[in-house]
Amino acid sequence: MAARVLVGVKRVIDYAVKIRVKPDNTGVVTDGVKHSMNPFCEIAVEEAVRLKEKKLVKEVVAVSCGPQQVQETIRTALAMGADRGIHVEVSGKDYDSLGPLQVSKILAALAKKEEASLIILGKQAIDDDCNQTGQMTAALLDWPQGTFASEVAVEGDKLKVIREVDGGLETIKINLPAVVTADLRLNTPRYATLPNIMKAKKKKITNVKPGDLGVDLTSRLEVLRVDEPPQRQAGVKVETVEDLVGKLKEAGRI
Amino acid sequence: MLLKGQSFSIGQRLFDELHHSGWGVSSTGLTDEQKEFQKVAFDFAANEMAPHMAEWDQNEIFPVETMRKAAQLGFGGIYVRPEVGGSGLSRLDTSIIFEALSTGCTSTTAYISIHNMCAWMIDTFGSNELREKFCPDLCSMEKFASYCLTEPGSGSDAASLLTSAKLQGDHYVLNGSKAFISGGGDTDVYVVMCRTGGKGPKGISCVVVEKGTPGLSFGKKEKKVGWNSQPTRAVIFEDCAVPVTNRLGSEGQGFNIAMKGLNGGRINIASCSLGAAHASVLLARDHISVRKQFGETLSNSQFLQFKLAEMATRLVASRLLVRQAALALQEDRPDAVSLCSMAKLFATDECFSICNQALQMHGGYGYLKDYAVQQFVRDIRVHQILEGTNEVMRMIIARDLLTES
Repeated sequence: MAARVLVGVKRVIDYAVKIRVKPDNTGVVTDGVKHSMNPFCEIAVEEAVRLKEKKLVKEVVAVSCGPQQVQETIRTALAMGADRGIHVEVSGKDYDSLGPLQVSKILAALAKKEEASLIILGKQAIDDDCNQTGQMTAALLDWPQGTFASEVAVEGDKLKVIREVDGGLETIKINLPAVVTADLRLNTPRYATLPNIMKAKKKKITNVKPGDLGVDLTSRLEVLRVDEPPQRQAGVKVETVEDLVGKLKEAGRI
Repeated sequence: MLLKGQSFSIGQRLFDELHHSGWGVSSTGLTDEQKEFQKVAFDFAANEMAPHMAEWDQNEIFPVETMRKAAQLGFGGIYVRPEVGGSGLSRLDTSIIFEALSTGCTSTTAYISIHNMCAWMIDTFGSNELREKFCPDLCSMEKFASYCLTEPGSGSDAASLLTSAKLQGDHYVLNGSKAFISGGGDTDVYVVMCRTGGKGPKGISCVVVEKGTPGLSFGKKEKKVGWNSQPTRAVIFEDCAVPVTNRLGSEGQGFNIAMKGLNGGRINIASCSLGAAHASVLLARDHISVRKQFGETLSNSQFLQFKLAEMATRLVASRLLVRQAALALQEDRPDAVSLCSMAKLFATDECFSICNQALQMHGGYGYLKDYAVQQFVRDIRVHQILEGTNEVMRMIIARDLLTES
């Protein structure tokens, strides 16, 4: 049975914002743009808090990597019921190039330091859609992984995880300690309540530097260019079915 | 534990818009904690209220379950003290929350604010027994409350109220009737201003009357232009005996208690107007960005651009005044009463005008009940009338100015 759960929460551009590419094509505009917790991370926090409420875990620790602003995201996790937070300070160019490889190294180091026996993450972030951090973290720790989880149940010192896969649902049993990544249907996250938001103010957030964890933040990736998706082209109206077939053949579709 | 649903209705889109609009965004200048409160209120409004606001209005439904969900989040007694179940937040926090909730359904939020006002009055002026008896249930909205001041013969001239409360042993026996009581008949706890002494404000006391007390009855449900998600009825007292221990404060303090309640109530009502106006501006903006006439979208019309700019400016001005008034009240500043009156006067007038202009920008569609803007117009129209008419607000402000010497 897991005593301490680590939950990773990522601060991303809010899902409803219209994304704009920077004029120099090096990235997207983030200044002054509304940010919030990655929706899959919300689901991860909710699952962890539910495990605590069922008394299957003792402590939920929310972790986020980034500049000062990520503390807002950690506070949201605390308001949802996490017990304390860890802010891994990464800023400037390091933050721009921060990706799954570095984050998974950080999480692996923290899991050892905090003696966590379960890590729950969102399956992917809605900004980069990498879907890698959970898997990499498990590999670095040599822990089993239950990804795309739509259901998690504790069975003694094992976890039963029902995974959403292309072919349907797959049920696996994995030993603890383990990494789980949350998919959309795992749960519906709770509203923070006013009292919990106020209690969250008193919960502790500790600051940690990647260097203290022995993690090298150098990226192996270089972003060359960021472009908007191509503009949607106008369609063509056809008069008859023969015309339609003809046009489809022309376009090489049939 | 209350879960969020997923909603892609007009409400969700509205919520997204409200969250991301760059101008005069209602979260400027707020603390991180206040932004969290606002976020919960916006989320709740978009998910739990906006999808139903039309139905509640058209079918005159008092949304008890939804309000209890709101109470679970702490919205039942926002500025009531925590030891009796309240959230213990400030007046500014409260204003922010009601403004956000109002974008989901103005009528329901307005009732929630009245309920909050009553809970605060009992918390602040009630004995410990009364507080412990009523506040926890009110904060959880296990029970609902109504504020009973107005009578058929005394609206603006509230201090001339006639409902009498004659002392008989350890009970007051109430006789008289109250008019236009929000929630009346459906609520459980009535905070009633009644005459225990002589004429004028100093003869008025405040007592708490529970539904089911013999001698308490209700008039017919009124048919209203708006505020249809809350029932409005006359509240009638016929030899209605109420324990003396149900009195808030001392005899003769009732009018004072009523007015103190209203100072906060005025900020709350003004905040509800802000939410409705903000929602309406975004609806109007969306509409004119899509609707084409004379070969181009309405948003290309300079007249409409200027109109929209004016609406936005007046909304921000209203919001600043309301928030300043909230701060003044929570800091107990000498200018608080005047500021609350100014905020209520200005914001309710301006916001009605804004909603009305937003409706106009919709053209014929604005007149259809399929479009939300008309409901915001109808719902906030009464904010210029109740909790003290805007004429009475002018009286209060003028008196304050002319007394200063």
